[in-house]
Amino acid sequence: MIGVISYLVFFLILALIFSIAVLGLNLQWGYTGLFNAGVAGFIAVGAYTMAIMTGPSREAVMGGFELPFVVGLLGAMCTAGFAALVVGLITLRLKDEYLAVATFGIAVTIQLVCLNWEYVTGGTLGLISIPNPAKPLTDGPLAQNSVFLLIVVGVGGIAFWSLERIVQSPWGRMLKAIREDADAAASLGKSPTRIRLESFVLGCMLMGLSGALYVAFIGYVSPSDFLPIVTFQIWTMLIVGGSANNRGAVLGAIIVWGVWTSSGYVISKLVPTEIQAQGGAMQAVLIGLILVLMLLCRPRGLIGERMNVSRHARI
Amino acid sequence: MTATVSGSQTVLQLEGVTKRFGGFTAVDNVSFDLPAGTIGGLIGPNGAGKTTLFNTLAGMIQLDAGQVVLNRTPIHTLPPHQIFKAGLARTFQIPRPFREMTVLENVMTAPANQAGEKFWNNLLRPRKVAREEQALREQALSIIDFCDLSRVSADAAASLSGGQLKLLELARVLMSEPEIILLDEPAAGVNPSLMVTLVDKITELNRRGYTFLIIEHNMDVVMSICDPIMVMARGRLIYHGDAAGARQDPAVLDAYLGDLP
Repeated sequence: MIGVISYLVFFLILALIFSIAVLGLNLQWGYTGLFNAGVAGFIAVGAYTMAIMTGPSREAVMGGFELPFVVGLLGAMCTAGFAALVVGLITLRLKDEYLAVATFGIAVTIQLVCLNWEYVTGGTLGLISIPNPAKPLTDGPLAQNSVFLLIVVGVGGIAFWSLERIVQSPWGRMLKAIREDADAAASLGKSPTRIRLESFVLGCMLMGLSGALYVAFIGYVSPSDFLPIVTFQIWTMLIVGGSANNRGAVLGAIIVWGVWTSSGYVISKLVPTEIQAQGGAMQAVLIGLILVLMLLCRPRGLIGERMNVSRHARI
Repeated sequence: MTATVSGSQTVLQLEGVTKRFGGFTAVDNVSFDLPAGTIGGLIGPNGAGKTTLFNTLAGMIQLDAGQVVLNRTPIHTLPPHQIFKAGLARTFQIPRPFREMTVLENVMTAPANQAGEKFWNNLLRPRKVAREEQALREQALSIIDFCDLSRVSADAAASLSGGQLKLLELARVLMSEPEIILLDEPAAGVNPSLMVTLVDKITELNRRGYTFLIIEHNMDVVMSICDPIMVMARGRLIYHGDAAGARQDPAVLDAYLGDLP
């Protein structure tokens, strides 16, 4: 029983951490129509910032500032936001698929920088011994994870509540107007460039936050955590849950992460050992299958979007 | 929902407006003044450059030469969203609603400088945003009522008919009380009874002081409500005057009929 609860807590922590990145993507794609195919890159920026700011000092690697957890979270959001600002200023004039190609390339570049800039990122070895904020408060792994879950629920809850506030508003209405028809929105006095940039930066800050929580939980960071498959997973979570709906984003994260982990378990049990190595590929195929089926059968996701945007304009 | 009538002042002034696409001159040295409180009609055969002229006035296309002055302020160097804020609003030949939004919110999107358009105000000053939204909502509902869209105000814009979409575009631009409204073929693809409604709305708004510039192919509409009338052909302005004169002007007749054997 304890085992099941432990696993459930562990599972929920990761699912909710992912859901924060999905919320960020939802702001960008769901509300604003920005095809960000570089999610993993912005998660990586947040993750490394957290590791550098809060981690212990080590030889031949920058950092060791040992700053408090909360400072690390804020710092991660700031660097991810700054990276998004730079990337956004360059790429947001691009439309749809061009933006996707550009952001995908940037994410791959970020991952390669993480792999090779040893002085800052520790190279292939990554950075280890990142302090877990729950550790000093408790003893025993289950208690520690439970406290961490509370932290994630708290941080995620604040992010969710703030997002709901700012999207169910005239600002959210502008985002949606830009998504629906940028020229028409411009003809009604809205500046597509400014609005896209705001949405992109805020969304990437959430991705950075997600990366920071991930690192604090796992305790280490390495470049292999930020391969393009992560972007793919986050996208699937959003499509399954429902674009342009924050509840859908969270639900999608939990369901897709559930399918991902349980399929890993099933594969490890059922598949003969000699082809176990292909198990990971089978998981990816499964996620792709879910994505395709979802797009065919229920393109608006499990919880679709509402026509009404501003909470002040309900009829 | 009333605009200020400023005597017979010029609202919109075009001077030598020119737009070329490569070697093709779509709009060729077009100049005219439009007095406040009028309904200007812009007509001409297909390909005359009317919509291109609208697009340059609204800033969606950069002009190559000339200038556009709105109430003594040059606007031809501004981007579209700032031209709208300066007081020039336009609708589209093929309506461009925000399809996945309600009719009410399509209309509420229009006013510029809403407090809630700064995302931080929704967290830091929620009461101010709520008050503003309340006022906007009232204003929007009365405009929606004026445009006969009350029945569909909670529906998605995607579910509206072609004629209703034309009315929705009109409702959207009315929200900002613009100095001048450019309508691109308001009667095209609209059923006859709705067209009568649309024409009534335009004349009613004009009585309240709104200035219009209208592109239209339906000659009954143009001849009955527009004065002055501007005729374009092959990018040039070939006639500027009243409706009766347009019917007899040889250049106009030639433009419309000249290609016939």
